[in-house]
Amino acid sequence: MRTRYYERDAFPPAVAELRRAYRVFVPVRRGDFHAFAEWDDSVRPDFDYRKTRVPPKGLVFPQSERLLVFSTDERDPEHDILREAPKDFPPQAVVGIRPYDAMAFRVLEVNFDTPEVRDPWWLRRREATTLIGLARADEDATMFRTENYAGPFDERGLDVIVYDLGRGYLAKALGEKGEAALAAMGGDEPAADALREVEERIARAATPELPAGRLRAQPAAPELPTGRLRAQPVVPLFEAEFWDEVAAPCLNCGVCTFLCPTCWCFDIQDEVRKQEGDRIRNWDSCMFPLYTLHASGHNPRGKKTQRVRNRFMHKLKYYLDKYDRGVMCVGCGRCVEACPVNIDIREVAARMNGFGEQVERHDR
Amino acid sequence: MIARDRNPYLPYPVRIEEIITETGDHSLKTFKLVFLDPADEARFAFLPGQFAEISVAGKGEIPIGIASSPTEKGYLLFTVQKMGVVTSHLHSMRPGDRLGLRGPLGNWYPWERMEGRNVVIIGGGCAFSTLRSSIVYMTDPSRRPKFKRLTAVYGARCLSLLLYSDRLDEWKGEKSGIDMHVTVDAMQESEPRTPRWQCHVGFVPAVVKEKIKDPTDAIVILCGPPAMLKFTLPVLKEAGFADGQIYLSLENRMKCGIGMCGRCNVGGKLVCKDGPVFSLAELGELPRET
Repeated sequence: MRTRYYERDAFPPAVAELRRAYRVFVPVRRGDFHAFAEWDDSVRPDFDYRKTRVPPKGLVFPQSERLLVFSTDERDPEHDILREAPKDFPPQAVVGIRPYDAMAFRVLEVNFDTPEVRDPWWLRRREATTLIGLARADEDATMFRTENYAGPFDERGLDVIVYDLGRGYLAKALGEKGEAALAAMGGDEPAADALREVEERIARAATPELPAGRLRAQPAAPELPTGRLRAQPVVPLFEAEFWDEVAAPCLNCGVCTFLCPTCWCFDIQDEVRKQEGDRIRNWDSCMFPLYTLHASGHNPRGKKTQRVRNRFMHKLKYYLDKYDRGVMCVGCGRCVEACPVNIDIREVAARMNGFGEQVERHDR
Repeated sequence: MIARDRNPYLPYPVRIEEIITETGDHSLKTFKLVFLDPADEARFAFLPGQFAEISVAGKGEIPIGIASSPTEKGYLLFTVQKMGVVTSHLHSMRPGDRLGLRGPLGNWYPWERMEGRNVVIIGGGCAFSTLRSSIVYMTDPSRRPKFKRLTAVYGARCLSLLLYSDRLDEWKGEKSGIDMHVTVDAMQESEPRTPRWQCHVGFVPAVVKEKIKDPTDAIVILCGPPAMLKFTLPVLKEAGFADGQIYLSLENRMKCGIGMCGRCNVGGKLVCKDGPVFSLAELGELPRET
């Protein structure tokens, strides 16, 4: 297992070394927010960022992607026959990704890589991607822990974890992709027990002896209350009375789904310019009525409450039941932050989780 | 099912061989499709109840049940109602035009359970397509011995809206191997065609009540508009059919057809991948949102 140490100023140049072999994506400041952007000469990485507004999901699952191409020109012998859009999948490194955004790819993968069918574009792009994560205890007040996000040092979704130690960075490779990336970055051999010391300090972070700082969040983000959801029968939860109340303020703006690192819904549309056509995949949102509208006019989720309910049920119940790998949420808090009417997944999870209990309390 | 190593979004190229206008109001046409590459036919091995995404380049895709039977070789049939963007364009197309076809998709009627049993088929309106596939499949001389009594009830609003008139004549014949009951909601005064066989007048549930009385060792497969299902299911239950004996085919808006795009879910189940065929027992465990 390769480890490397970088003085604070030496880290960006080491990352720049990766550009020889990878397309490198880094956090950059964009106005009041941060975003991941390809590191070319026009951008300056900002590894002190806390959270990007839009998650880096699109680097593997683009917001808009041409899937197939065709010609509608009848003089073309291949007219109206769809074929794969030619494209390549060069190695790409996402440097500075936070552990929750990296875990989101693990949440997403069960949808695109299944025992029966596999999404070729997701697979190839995911395979070409190396995730070099930035670990620092700087969770904000909208964040929380779930089965799929154990905190700012969660290394499960990463190929390299880079601990921010203040004066410098300590990087540890996790698997083959990470070894290759760290080898390309160069850097110094760390002191003999540097890694052990960091890991011990993180393990001790729950105890008061460690002062708050880059290795200890103060306070630590709370757990999303989901412990009883697995045992909740689905139909009563679906029919619970609180859904109308939860959905009442919703404006159907869809920002919760647009900013979610674990939302995967998409639409497919054809576009033709002159006689050259593309079949394109775009992110979609379950918050929009059009998403489920039948050609006949019937809509199984025509009402706002039905759509809000489906979103939370999918994230916190259907996904949990179907895959048995936790809820479909990594606790990034973007939906909490961006919702214009303050619908808060933590409150909704608490209501769902406590659903049976509430009834019991009323009975007493 | 699509092979796992194949790009599941890439349609097989097909050619429209023939277009049959099924109904007097021209709202339903059956498209006979032939693969441009004959080898694709073997890759498209399917069972009745499955569907495919028909692709019109430049317009998009639509999920449509397969109306032909695996025993009908060399072509596929799809009956399409003119309704939205893609279907309207499809209705304006001509023999020789090219389409794409992705599939077969979804699950199928419970063929393993149906073998050796009595089978009841109930259909209404344009939803009869996968049931046509099923009846042709079961009454094929090579497969008919595998099933016991076959009974079908098929209804439409009027005679001119009945699908597959050529096959109806055959199924109403004495040697068809199936007891076929056809009904129309009302008999119009100026029907363009008068069937050679007896046709009931009345709604599907009424005919089911009269003709389907024995749940013993039977499986029911049904597909039809919501109103037909709403009034037919209680009739079946009253006759003693259990939820586990009744299978329905659902539909929902779909895009990918392979369980990825997310929109066709009913609770935690996806109509495109876990369905479209569900037993009434399975549906009872799902949230009601269709």
